[in-house]
Amino acid sequence: MYKISLKDLDTLFREIAGNNELILPVKKAGQINFGAYEEGVETDLINKSVKSPKDAFFPQFETLYNVKKTITPADELADGEEAANTKIRTKLSIEMEGLKDKDFVIFGMRACDVKGVEVLDNVFLSDPVDSFYKARRDHGIIVALACKEPEESCFCTVFGVDPADPTKAKADVATWIVGEDLYWKAVTEKGEKLTESVKSALTDADEAAVESEKANITSIMDKLPNTKLSLEGWGAGKTDEKFNSELWGKIYNPCLGCGTCTFVCPTCQCYDIKDYTTKDGIQRYRCWDSCMYSDFTLMAGGQNRTSQLQRFRQRFMHKLVYYPDRYDGMFSCVGCGRCVDKCPQSLNIVKVIKAFDKEEKGGAV
Amino acid sequence: MQGLIDRLTALLNDGTVARVLGWKKGDMPYNPEPAIFNSAEELKDFVYDGFCGANLSKMMIEATKLEGKTAVCLKPCDTYSFNQLIREHRVNRDNAYIIGVGCRGKLDIEKIKKDAKGITEISGTELDGQEKVTIKTIYGDKEINYTDALLGRCHVCKGKEHMIADETWGESKDTADQERFEEVQKLEAMTAEERFEFFKNELSKCIRCNACRNVCPACSCRKCVFDNTKFDAQQKANVDSFEEKMFHIIRAFHVAGRCTDCGECSRVCPEGIPLHLFNRKFIKDIDKYYGEFQAGKDPEAQSPLTDFTFEDIEPGERG
Amino acid sequence: MSVNENGEFRPLIVAFCCNWCSYAGADLAGSSRLSYPADVKIIRVPCSGRVNPMFILRAFERGADGVIICGCHPGDCHYSTGNYYARRRMTLLFSMLDYIGVENGRTRVEWCSAAEGAKFSKTMNEFCEKIASLGKNVRLGDLRCKD
Repeated sequence: MYKISLKDLDTLFREIAGNNELILPVKKAGQINFGAYEEGVETDLINKSVKSPKDAFFPQFETLYNVKKTITPADELADGEEAANTKIRTKLSIEMEGLKDKDFVIFGMRACDVKGVEVLDNVFLSDPVDSFYKARRDHGIIVALACKEPEESCFCTVFGVDPADPTKAKADVATWIVGEDLYWKAVTEKGEKLTESVKSALTDADEAAVESEKANITSIMDKLPNTKLSLEGWGAGKTDEKFNSELWGKIYNPCLGCGTCTFVCPTCQCYDIKDYTTKDGIQRYRCWDSCMYSDFTLMAGGQNRTSQLQRFRQRFMHKLVYYPDRYDGMFSCVGCGRCVDKCPQSLNIVKVIKAFDKEEKGGAV
Repeated sequence: MQGLIDRLTALLNDGTVARVLGWKKGDMPYNPEPAIFNSAEELKDFVYDGFCGANLSKMMIEATKLEGKTAVCLKPCDTYSFNQLIREHRVNRDNAYIIGVGCRGKLDIEKIKKDAKGITEISGTELDGQEKVTIKTIYGDKEINYTDALLGRCHVCKGKEHMIADETWGESKDTADQERFEEVQKLEAMTAEERFEFFKNELSKCIRCNACRNVCPACSCRKCVFDNTKFDAQQKANVDSFEEKMFHIIRAFHVAGRCTDCGECSRVCPEGIPLHLFNRKFIKDIDKYYGEFQAGKDPEAQSPLTDFTFEDIEPGERG
Repeated sequence: MSVNENGEFRPLIVAFCCNWCSYAGADLAGSSRLSYPADVKIIRVPCSGRVNPMFILRAFERGADGVIICGCHPGDCHYSTGNYYARRRMTLLFSMLDYIGVENGRTRVEWCSAAEGAKFSKTMNEFCEKIASLGKNVRLGDLRCKD
């Protein structure tokens, strides 16, 4: 275990950024989001970022390949080729977008965010493997940070995440803020390597301080209102029971059908692939999609989900029933609470779980 | 608040209205959600406090299509939006029973959360509450002035009069303490480069969630141009270079002359982008070039963009 | 935009021309042997009132350096009032573009009748010069459309 004074963090960041690309929570125009490190950038390691850091592995927008059309001028044609035939003169070429091939460090992910990456791994790294995602995963070094001040919207412990101990999540390096210092502990081989490269900025430390900080965080989590949420009745095999519940019809109404919850979520993984016509060809790109949108998985016949009720149900069923069905009971919510904070209509997964819980216990909703 | 619940109960019981559109208590002290109440019994969860900022008039588009009257609680500024919807024939006035509820400004939870985390209890935000709001958090208690935590839009309050109401409940307060176009003027005074940087910085945060559009009472098209799959406007690509600018300019333009400046877009933006700056610029220009106009003040008034005079100024001229 | 063989910047200009006036005005300019730069690409619209602000932004996105809208003189609209509405819309849109920091002058509205071939040619020459002096449109373009 190592430590570094919070005052000297910039030295550490500079050290990391000297060797690798560094992504960390940056405050820009009043909001915290994960972004690239630049000299003099304002960072915030205490408060929650608006968007989750999943962008680092699964960006909101990425080009898959470009199709370029080139037309050979008539006078450059080889002998015997007919100049008037534009088919001969037109050549299409496909350029694949390069995969990530350099290591990068993502600093300040929380335990819930790391668990979110695990959720994405299940989807993108299972057969067929998503090569774009895999390249980023292979080259990404996760430096996770224990939560200093969990907020009332947090409920990660419900999903078995320990905000006090990022070593339990799949982080490469775990860090803690204790007093005026940042404690640093490498967990994986990748983490060891990174630690080795920035060692000059770190000093040795003992674990006692971190242990008390862990206990402190755990006791804070116990006091938070949403950490006592019951997931009874959710999980694998509950499809029929939950899908047909009439409760959805009673609670979906305020939903605006915007994509805020999906876009701030660390585990939402649905995407759309579209073409963009550029000046001389086509750019095929992938971008996040939201099951809350009317054109989500839209088919020629006007299907699939035609009402907001169905869309609303889909999101929560996916997180709490379909995903556990597919991946050994693991939920695809990590309790980061971003949707709880950001929903314009104050509608969220916690309220949905509570409403079902209440109904099952016989109370009116 | 009990008085309001009693009145709503009476309206439901005597059959004047079939349902009530109001706010339902949330699971936290600050997150009530818009909800429809169908019976007097359900009204036990009704709440009206400082966090009921949501403008319910857009929900009336669907609600007034239902059988029977819907009672709706509208704050003074919400009534402008409702009037505008009447103007556009989007709501059925005959199916609405409007209760003009009093308002002393609504609170911005983001402002409160800036220095209060782990909130467990907030008191004193009711209409007849105190000047001070007490916030209990697991990290200690805080006290703030009600007026310090107001939503940005409340600082340019349009006044305490309801533009349309069948009856009113509670006292309102005019919370305006800023010039409405102050922010716009500040931007106008900058150089083009500075303005461009400002908007680039703000709009680069946009995540294309469409919350601003979906909450906007003026954005009531059945199908938005940005949802049209047969036209290449529908680009979900979140690229910094252009798409956001396109989306926000077109959206603001589409509601120009119809936007009542209710401020919902800025309230709901998860990234805190001051979207009202676009709308307010259009309002300012309309006021300047075509005479003062407040959308939603009069449901009969002609909107400036569906109107003209022979003497209008030429594009590009700045008088 | 493009760069000609001398390495000189040539702007790309999109002109939305009303079918009933300036589109015919362009024809007249041609048959009167009045020249205007080939950088101007004309899109015929049934009326200046048909021009949606989105057309203009799309043009900029796809690489236009300047956009000009030509319609009938106020009072002469083939549909009586279309250009009056266009006038209000464009006033507001141009003001908004200026507000978000796009160079003033990349957009223009000109009223030009079918008989004004000379005016059409003069306007286009002027506008091209103006845009050439402003240079490449970087603020409203989409990086994906760049050369």
